[in-house]
Amino acid sequence: MATEFTSSSSSPTDRRLSALVRHLATSSPMMESQTTVTFSPTSGFHGDSVFSHVVRAPEDPILGVTVAYNKDPSPVKLNLGVGAYRTEEGKPLVLNVVRKAEQMLVNDRSRVKEYLPIVGLADFNKLSAKLIFGADSPAIRENRVTTVQCLSGTGSLRVGAEFLARHYHQRIIYIPQPTWGNHPKIFTLAGLSVKTYRYYDPVTRGLNFQGLLEDLSSAPSGSIVLLHACAHNPTGVDPTLQQWEQIRRLMRSKALLPFFDSAYQGFASGSLDADAQSVRMFFADGGECFVAQSYAKNMGLYGERVGALSVVCKTADVASRVESQLKLVIRPMFSNPPIHGASIVAAILKDRNLYNEWTVELKAMADRIISMRHKLFDALRARGTPGDWSHIIKQIGMFTFTGLNSEQVAFMTKEYHIYMTSDGRISMAGLSSKTVPHLADAIHATVTRIS
Amino acid sequence: MASSVLSLASATPSASLSSHEINKGKLNLGNAGLLFNKEKTNPFIKTKSCVRISMVVASNVSRFEGITMAPPDPILGVSEAFKADNHELKLNLGVGAYRTEELQPYVLNVVKKADKLILERGENREYLPIEGLAAFNKVTAELLFGADNPVIKQQRVATVQGLSGTGSLRLAAALIERYFSGAKVLISSPTWGNHKNIFNDARVPWSEYRYYDPKTVGLDFEGMIADIKAAPEGSFILLHGCAHNPTGIDPTSEQWGIIADVIQEKNHIPFFDIAYQGFASGSLDADAASVRMFVARGMEVIAAQSYSKNLGLYAERIGAINVVCSSPDAAARVKSQLKRIARPMYSNPPVHGARIVASVVGDPAIFKEWNAEMEMMAGRIKNVRQKLFDSLSSKDKSGKDWSFVLKQIGMFSFTGLNKAQCDNMTNKWHVYMTKDGRISLAGLSLAKCEYLADAIIDSYHNVS
Repeated sequence: MATEFTSSSSSPTDRRLSALVRHLATSSPMMESQTTVTFSPTSGFHGDSVFSHVVRAPEDPILGVTVAYNKDPSPVKLNLGVGAYRTEEGKPLVLNVVRKAEQMLVNDRSRVKEYLPIVGLADFNKLSAKLIFGADSPAIRENRVTTVQCLSGTGSLRVGAEFLARHYHQRIIYIPQPTWGNHPKIFTLAGLSVKTYRYYDPVTRGLNFQGLLEDLSSAPSGSIVLLHACAHNPTGVDPTLQQWEQIRRLMRSKALLPFFDSAYQGFASGSLDADAQSVRMFFADGGECFVAQSYAKNMGLYGERVGALSVVCKTADVASRVESQLKLVIRPMFSNPPIHGASIVAAILKDRNLYNEWTVELKAMADRIISMRHKLFDALRARGTPGDWSHIIKQIGMFTFTGLNSEQVAFMTKEYHIYMTSDGRISMAGLSSKTVPHLADAIHATVTRIS
Repeated sequence: MASSVLSLASATPSASLSSHEINKGKLNLGNAGLLFNKEKTNPFIKTKSCVRISMVVASNVSRFEGITMAPPDPILGVSEAFKADNHELKLNLGVGAYRTEELQPYVLNVVKKADKLILERGENREYLPIEGLAAFNKVTAELLFGADNPVIKQQRVATVQGLSGTGSLRLAAALIERYFSGAKVLISSPTWGNHKNIFNDARVPWSEYRYYDPKTVGLDFEGMIADIKAAPEGSFILLHGCAHNPTGIDPTSEQWGIIADVIQEKNHIPFFDIAYQGFASGSLDADAASVRMFVARGMEVIAAQSYSKNLGLYAERIGAINVVCSSPDAAARVKSQLKRIARPMYSNPPVHGARIVASVVGDPAIFKEWNAEMEMMAGRIKNVRQKLFDSLSSKDKSGKDWSFVLKQIGMFSFTGLNKAQCDNMTNKWHVYMTKDGRISLAGLSLAKCEYLADAIIDSYHNVS
């Protein structure tokens, strides 16, 4: 079970270590009886820090974009980095249904803050499974699905990956190229080894379907495959339903294990059902799969860290054993999950009026993003910006893979104060009608000056 | 793992396979076949898409068939058994959560106030930075070390919000695994059951130092010191800041000084788990004395905090990991590496509990009220200890010394009862506790002290 991380050894540390080894070679007999080969770097010199060898980690590349944006004093700056929804006024949005649900919770005098069970809030788990898999499914009725509350998408992926690294015979996971920046580290640290499958075609700015099929075909039987349920991050490029069906057939024929990352259900197209189609296709064929859900975007609960991991198993007995082992992963990681966000979600999902209200607010968010896509596309066309920009309206979800290279991105930031990740990804949620012209000008200037 | 391809047009509602078709295709569907036959309707009818779907069915055997059922959590099992018991005199002393005299869960008034304030403020739900809420990190370090502590002024503390005590310990464990490869953590014997799980999962080797002396129902101080001295130089020594869990036995101030001496001598690193600051004695400062002593000596210290008990925020999962370093530069570097560990684990921590703590500690009036509520909670537990001691002393004619009940501190008490005696407590007296002899005084009311005394005396003297 290999974990990959950069070693912290550097020459000052080596010097310290050799000095310490020399120093202690003649020390107490107890030291000589130690069989450890390397000398513990924790024994510092008097007055020196035991953390001297700890190097400064670089800023997270995605979150670092906002850090850089905040430092910029320019009045016309634009943050298209982090994937968090913004209103037309450029403000974060707390959904009305969320406020309503919270008011209900605060008013409920019977509520306590006792530890949740290790697997989380039972209502929340049941309702989350229903949301992604569909209201009336045999698998759920037959207790073949285990759902555990986790810390949003990241936490659900990590718990699932840790479980697989311990209990699954095939420790390779295939992730699409490109994928969300945090994916590789999540899986590596959990103990899986990461390989990629072709996904994005920079020439068409669309899906490299042939490459995808070839790479999954040549994957060892039983390999885990990470699939973005909808609104692929960072490209916004999704397979069509027909393509999903082909992927499903191929995967089932090779016993590849699907691990869905569903972070945008309802947020991509505006329809909760439409955005769950890919998952439901796999769910319906009776095979097994893992699904990580996040409520960060579709309920705007980013900071509350609400999510769920579902494991669909062949039998109820397997599901119950799997659940017992998931608990062993969770307990030494955080013991039991946070109650606040999950309570909000459960309150909304179980109340018909709140649920309907939610779907309306969700659609409004999705629609605003779609309209920004069209506005940007129109603005570039109006400027006669060279190139085919139709991918802006073909791609779906919060992000657009502009196709700009890192040099062009740097230019955009330096000259136009537009902040985005260096892979050319922009968050459409960060755009407004007012700021689209500025972005269009910037893109136009960039592609005409730099190639 | 054989897999087969089966094509099914999604036309007919009751598409089930006849055994003839199964044999023809040389398929061994097993359980999957049963599933198909069970379903009277084709599941595909429900999908909105009109794509003709082919059924490609993977192997009928679960890939997880070989997974064994994990044992139930030893502590949760106690509460479950308690629930199943219908006896009117039953008593749940397994619970690690505060209960009122009426044996109800307790949400602090200051927490209710904070919840309302937060709702009124209507703040956004944006992602926190990876290291957590800045306002929370500031107050949590000040609470633990003292606002005027030089280490804070000199910016030598790396503080990262964590998922209560467990999550904070886990971050530190991961840091140890990454940067102190081969170094061991020493944990007390006994200690909180989850400590070893945390270090096991983080792949940090651990061993135990003697702590509990069953003969005295007190601290085996000599054993503790000897074992800490014997550990390889540069080991991490896990210490309970106050209210040791599960024994309730804390070193005296003088003993803490000697422990610090030995740790310094051996260049060990003290690693505090502080889950009961303010909850043990009722005083935030008194309960932080051990940590502050070590810090005052200029030692580099790791300290994990939890607000589960002292603010009753159990389910909100709010805590912090603090690393006191010898320089601000080291603190900055350590903080950056803690963030690097958190990001692939859960990205950033939950905001709500952090806002509650920041609201309570940040408002002087509310902070004062909190101190009063903490004194009340700690006071109730002290009263219960006193009543239990009085009941035991007056009812037990054997002359056994029950004073350990008064000497121990915090939520838990190690009774000294062995497993058979604990079983008697449960089977005969319907008193539920963990099999190591630990009782939670938080789950005891004054009204039930006499009954409990009877049970303990009976189990101690009549069962071996």
